[in-house]
Amino acid sequence: MIFLFYLLSTIMIVCALLVVFSKNPINNVIYLIMCFIAMAGHYILLNAQFLAVVHIIVYTGAIMVLFLFVIMLLNLNKAIIIRKSTVTRVSAVVTGGIFFLVLLAATRQTFEIDAKYPFNSEIGLVSGIGKTLFSEFLLPFEISSILFISAMVGAMMFGKKDA
Amino acid sequence: MELTTIIFKTIFLFIILLVTLVVAMYSTYAERKVAAFMQDRNGPNRAGPFGLLQPLADGLKMFMKEEIIPLTANKYLFILGPSIAMTTALLTGVVIPWGDTLTINGHVYSLQMADLNIGILYVFAMVSIGVYGIMIGGWASNNKYALLGAIRAASQMISYELAMGMSIIALVLTTGSLSLHDIVAQQHGMHWNIFYQPLGFFIFLICAFAETNRAPFDLPECETELIGGYHTEYSSMKLGFYLFAEYVNMFISSAVIATLYFGGYNMPFIDQLGLSSNAVTFIGMGFFFIKIFAFIFLFMWIRWTLPRFRYDQLMNMGWKGLIPLAIFNILATGTYYFFTSLK
Repeated sequence: MIFLFYLLSTIMIVCALLVVFSKNPINNVIYLIMCFIAMAGHYILLNAQFLAVVHIIVYTGAIMVLFLFVIMLLNLNKAIIIRKSTVTRVSAVVTGGIFFLVLLAATRQTFEIDAKYPFNSEIGLVSGIGKTLFSEFLLPFEISSILFISAMVGAMMFGKKDA
Repeated sequence: MELTTIIFKTIFLFIILLVTLVVAMYSTYAERKVAAFMQDRNGPNRAGPFGLLQPLADGLKMFMKEEIIPLTANKYLFILGPSIAMTTALLTGVVIPWGDTLTINGHVYSLQMADLNIGILYVFAMVSIGVYGIMIGGWASNNKYALLGAIRAASQMISYELAMGMSIIALVLTTGSLSLHDIVAQQHGMHWNIFYQPLGFFIFLICAFAETNRAPFDLPECETELIGGYHTEYSSMKLGFYLFAEYVNMFISSAVIATLYFGGYNMPFIDQLGLSSNAVTFIGMGFFFIKIFAFIFLFMWIRWTLPRFRYDQLMNMGWKGLIPLAIFNILATGTYYFFTSLK
């Protein structure tokens, strides 16, 4: 199990780095897909089979297909290297660093993992997730579905504008 | 896990792999024979008795052909495409319950590689990864016809996955389980899901045709418009893998349909025969394969009967026809179970 954990983590980190460093958009998407599949492996190690499969279906099977689709349609297969001036680069580094500092300060207190919900090995299975979602977190769950509906309606409005 | 279990599972895995490949191989032969029968021809009859060696001859031909990778193609992705298509097609077989339990020397072995408690979703995940094989291969060829075929394949699969998923939700409402083992076990004694979910079955069947890129939904390889579609630039065994993956997919989706809606390895009146449990398992397995072959024949029958859809017709049917129908099916099933559970 420990060996699998390190194997999956290595694959994930290498792929994540390649997503950032490779220049060709199609390769970026493919490395991201490999990263997601390794992440699904981590879910399985945590006994969360349902989460693992849903992760593959939603992220790998739907969202990344759309990414690939757009890249293919726009034919972005050329490596794009954007050159910026020194001022832009320095200010980008400074802003990014400050943002990281703010994030770190904000989340410093929340890193205690054991706090409210003790680990339950059944939580990632279908019945565990269903019971938690539809009892304890019913209101956030329903509200997030409204959020999705509004996003869909918004996308349709954009689509209709041109027609 | 015990050593005997590991040995049994390993042998069983190889048997599944072999059976899948052999069935897919002879599906190519069956397809030609069925086509010939429907068009009043003889079909292959030169290689061996009744042309039975024809698939071997075809395979040999594929291996002997010169392998061409176009200069402008992306070489790695060009090879990756058919590999993904073939791998994902073969991966689905591990969750299908091919039979009930087998007792050898007092040990009980299940004739299912992995009884995942999310078996249906696993099948679905493999289907959704399978689209990458076609997309990446079509794009890497650097050919506009191949790209068009790949884009058609991707949009068609995304569109029909939705309706397929919704028809499965209605089925899950009926069975109360996502495990394929439980779903088959519940259908024992003619309680087949087809009687409880006829509309769901209808939607699932149409979507299965679309997901396997079979006629009348074979627009990604529509030869009158796109030369060869996504595999225009492929030659030799890489083309063979694409064509072969289609037959493997057909076999697996027939198995999934038989499992979900037609009782899997269950056979009517099997309890009344009074046979030993191993004999029942073997007969059940045989009956399961008869069901699978019936569906493979249905796939072929429809391919040689119906003409291809037009692209807008395909999209209209998916989004405006099947998805509302699937939502209605979920609502109807949910309402029924809500009111029957109140009593």
